[in-house]
This record gives sequence, structure tokens and C-alpha cells, in this order.
Amino acid sequence: MVDQLSLDIYQGEFFALLGPSGCGKTTLLRLIAGLERPNAGRVLLDGVDLTPEPPYRRPVNLMFQNYALFPHLNVEANVGFGLKQEGLAKREIGRRVADMLALVKLEGYGARKPHELSGGQRQRVALARSLVKRPRVHLLDEPMAALDKKLRGETQFELMELQRQVGLTFVIVTHDQSEAMTLAHRIGVMDRGRLMQVAPPADVYERPDSRWVADFIGDVNLLEGRLGDDRVSIEGTAAGRLRVAAEAVAPAGAMVWVAVRPERVRISRQPPLPGLDNCVAATVVDIGYFGDKSVYKLRIRDGSLLKAAINRGADGDGAVGVGEQVWLTWPPEAARVLTR
Amino acid sequence: MRKVSAFNIAAIFVGIAFLYLPIAVLVIYSFNASRLVAVWGGWSTRWYAELLNDEPLLDAASISIRLALTSATLATVLGTMAALALVRFGRFRGRLAFAAMVYAPLVMPEVITGLSLLLLFVAVAADRGFWTVAVAHTTMAVCFVTVIVQSRLIDFDMSLEEAAMDLGAPPLRTFASVTLPLIFPAIAAAWMLAFALSVDDLVIASFTTGPGATTLPIRIYSEVRLGVKPEMNAVCAIMVAVVGAAVIIASLLAKIIGARGTPVQARS
Repeated sequence: MVDQLSLDIYQGEFFALLGPSGCGKTTLLRLIAGLERPNAGRVLLDGVDLTPEPPYRRPVNLMFQNYALFPHLNVEANVGFGLKQEGLAKREIGRRVADMLALVKLEGYGARKPHELSGGQRQRVALARSLVKRPRVHLLDEPMAALDKKLRGETQFELMELQRQVGLTFVIVTHDQSEAMTLAHRIGVMDRGRLMQVAPPADVYERPDSRWVADFIGDVNLLEGRLGDDRVSIEGTAAGRLRVAAEAVAPAGAMVWVAVRPERVRISRQPPLPGLDNCVAATVVDIGYFGDKSVYKLRIRDGSLLKAAINRGADGDGAVGVGEQVWLTWPPEAARVLTR
Repeated sequence: MRKVSAFNIAAIFVGIAFLYLPIAVLVIYSFNASRLVAVWGGWSTRWYAELLNDEPLLDAASISIRLALTSATLATVLGTMAALALVRFGRFRGRLAFAAMVYAPLVMPEVITGLSLLLLFVAVAADRGFWTVAVAHTTMAVCFVTVIVQSRLIDFDMSLEEAAMDLGAPPLRTFASVTLPLIFPAIAAAWMLAFALSVDDLVIASFTTGPGATTLPIRIYSEVRLGVKPEMNAVCAIMVAVVGAAVIIASLLAKIIGARGTPVQARS
């Protein structure tokens, strides 16, 4: 289900559609490929309306989530299938297929059937099959979902490298935020058929424009309060009066949310200097150990929970135990005002 | 492992004997040297040799085979189309009724099928002969073909067709280059079964046939009514071999559907 959205993707861009399962990201991809028909709206490519074109007449290719390799054809015939439909000469097809197999490091596998390949090799055959047509837009539906975690990491870098080499526009669908962050130049975050935010990865993480995006990408502490007249102070939150660095774009007196990433929160045993902003007393409720960092759950005055992530080796780590009284602080530039 | 009891072994032997003893007796007696059907006179293949001189019987055999080839092919085309309609077009209006109508002949008594077809041919004043039997056998076999092909199509991974279209193949070429090769084992199995059904049939053929189109089963039946001749044993033994081979090939094909046609999943 895709609901009233508008999205521009630029030539040569690596764009990621990110969202929870069932948010409509695959439907959006299939709309671009022509496998679904929109009730309303259009798909434009270079200003040309693709909407009435059937999938086999669109200069767009899709790599399927389950790869959809033809089980009765060998690797060469699978990769060459699309070129054969273009009516190219056999020699030309053979040359381009060989080049493509070399690019995805599958030389010597041309005669194998899909069931004789490993999961990673199948994934690369699927990639080669859709890329060999040199589509104007290359669509990838969860290309890493079926790979194990270690292989996924390697493949992500290979995919980035590949996109750079072929210089094509890539649109990838994923529910894995780290994958989207790693791969994409820009990310479109989707929820229930709507695009929530479109921005480069760093912006989506550091400057989310809604509570939903802030919460979906990584962890976040949200504190509700009333925006002050100076537009940088927020009154009446569970942590008292808070300050942010940048002026909020909302009328004074509006109800807003202050978002602070857990890794920006500092834990201290010493009471802070009087008059310091963004400071709240808390009790340690729970400590989650993640190896490279520890995540502290802390209860503040009104009973709500905040999270603080402390990197291993950072000062104060290890010293604080469950049940201890501590002070939480964060710099004004670490907090962001959200209006929705 | 489960213990094999004496009762189980006995049950298997009784069951198999019940099914195959008559056929075994028939096959053994087809090699009987004696002219008297019920008297064993030693091994011989003379009745097989004599078959080659039995002109009417050879004619009937050739008609039966041509009939089976024709009706099996027609039934396979029609039955595959019906299966595609049932599986692919989703919930169209009257789908349930259509499905029930396709399956009904499976359980319809042959006498009724034969009689109703005869009435139809008389009503439209069709000259009864080879083609009326061919149409009748097609009618009978279509539902079997549909059931077999449909079961294969239900497992068919639709994303394979989508992939072919995405790569630039229009619908008809997608069907020919992706769908058809993948469901081919089922279609071949269905054709074999339709062939065997047609060679086998006596009831429907005797209702719908006319002069000059005597099938092998009709010929055998009418010969046997005048007394069992040893040649008949030989003919029947050959038919058992042919039909048995067709059924075995059909079931082997149905088995390799799994090996060849299974879509390769992303997850291994």
C-alpha cells in the first residue's frame, strides 16, 4: 500500500527505501518496475511518463528478493535472458554476459544451474541478470535479506563498489537501517505507505524531522514540553527546563518534543554546577552490556525511563552500578526539537 | 523402525495377488502353445505371430492408437488452458462453478458420459466415427489433465514470470520460455495418462463409435463374446504392457516435477 507520496531520485544516485515490513516500500519498487499499477499518480523517467508502459517495455530492471532465477536455465542463460529479449546477436550476448560474470566474480560458473550454487552465488547471478541490461534505474528488493550476517557485510561493500563502477541509478529496498546507512547516498524512510523523511544518512540520524523517524533510526530519548518564547528553551518536560542550540521552527508555546540520542547523554556522580541546562537526576535501573558499549536504563523523577549509551573506555564507565543515584547531562547541540 | 509383522506381509501378498493374479494368468496364457484356452500346452509365442495376420485386429489397433494420440493431445491443450484459468485468474465470477464443472467428469459414470455424448452427436446429426470417439475421449480426459497441471501451477513461483517480463519478455514469450518449460513434466504426465485412458476405454467408445471406427477394446470384446481365442490373450498382454508403460512413465515424470521444476529459493 502506497499512499500519496512524491519522490525524486537523481541519476547515478544510490537511493535506499527504508521502513518496517509492510510499510509499502516493496510496493513502491514494484510500481516503478511496472509490476503493480497505481490507482492514481504517475511514474516519470527523465520527464517521460512510464505509467502506461508494461514492465517489459520499461528501461528499469528489478532484482527480486527471492532472486527468481530460472531453475531450468544455467547461469549464462539466466544472465543472458534479458539481452536475448532485446534481439542482440549471439556473440554480443556472450561477450556482455562474460563481462558481467567477471564483474560479479562468477567466471567459470556459466554452465551451472541455479540449484548448484550457494546462496551468495545465486545472489550475484540475480544481480548480474538485472544489471546486464544496463537499466536506467536498477531496483533491488532486499538484496541481502537471504545472506548470513558476515557475508552481508562484505556484499554491501561490493555492491557500493559495483554501483560506482557501472554508474547506474540504484534504488534499494531494505528494512535494515545499518544497510541503508552504509549503502545509500540518500534514504527515504517510509511508514504505512507514506514517506516520512528523505535525506542523506547522516541527516536522517542526526536531524530527524519527526518522532517516528527519530525512533525508527537508532535509539532516542523523547521528552515532551512547551516551547519557550526564545524558541531554544523547552519548559515543563519530565527533565525540567531544557535548552537546544538551534532555534526551533514552531510558534512559541507550542507542544514539542526534545530528542536526545542515548550516546550523547553523559552520566556523572557529581551534581552539576548550578544553573547548567539539560541536567536531570536519575537512578540506574538496568545496564545492558553490548561489548563495544553499555546501555544504561535510568529512571528520572516522574518515573519515565531514559537511555544513555556509554562507549567502553569512556570516563565514568564501569564505575556506576544498578541502583546508584546519578546525574544526566547533555550539551544543547545534542538535543533537537521535533514538532511532529 | 517399525516391526514387520507376519500379518502385514500376508496382507501385502493377498492384496497384490488380488490385483495382479488375473493379469499374470492372462500374460502366462498368452504364451500357451495349445489352441484350447484353458489347457496348458507348453510355452510358445505362436499367438503373437498369428496376430500379425489378423487384419481386422491390426486395423482396430491402429485406430485405437491414432485415436489416443489425437484425444490425448486435444485434452492436454484444453486441460492445460482450464488449469491456467483456474489458477491464474484469481477469483473471477463463477470460478467455483467452473472448477466443479471441470472436476465433475472425474466421478461421472462412464455409461452416463457415453450416453449423453451419443445423444449430443445424434442431436447435432454428427456422423459417428473416428472423430466422434476422439471428441468423447477428449471430454473424458480433460478433467484428469486439468487436475495434474493445476497441481503443478499452484506451486509455481509467480516471481519467475515477473522476472521474465521485467527482463523484457512480453507475456506470450514469458509463457513459452519460462512457464511452459517448468510445467512441462506435468503436461507430459497428463498427456500419458490421457493416452492410457483412451486406449483403455470400451464403454464411451462403444456409445459414440460408428462404422469404420472399431477400437481395439471394442474388437476384443466382440471377439471374446464368440468364445475366447488364444490371440486375444496375446493382444491383451500387449495392451497391458503398453498401458503399463504409459502409466509408469507418467508417474516418473510426475516425480521429476519435484526435482526439475522446484523454484530455486533464495534461502538454501
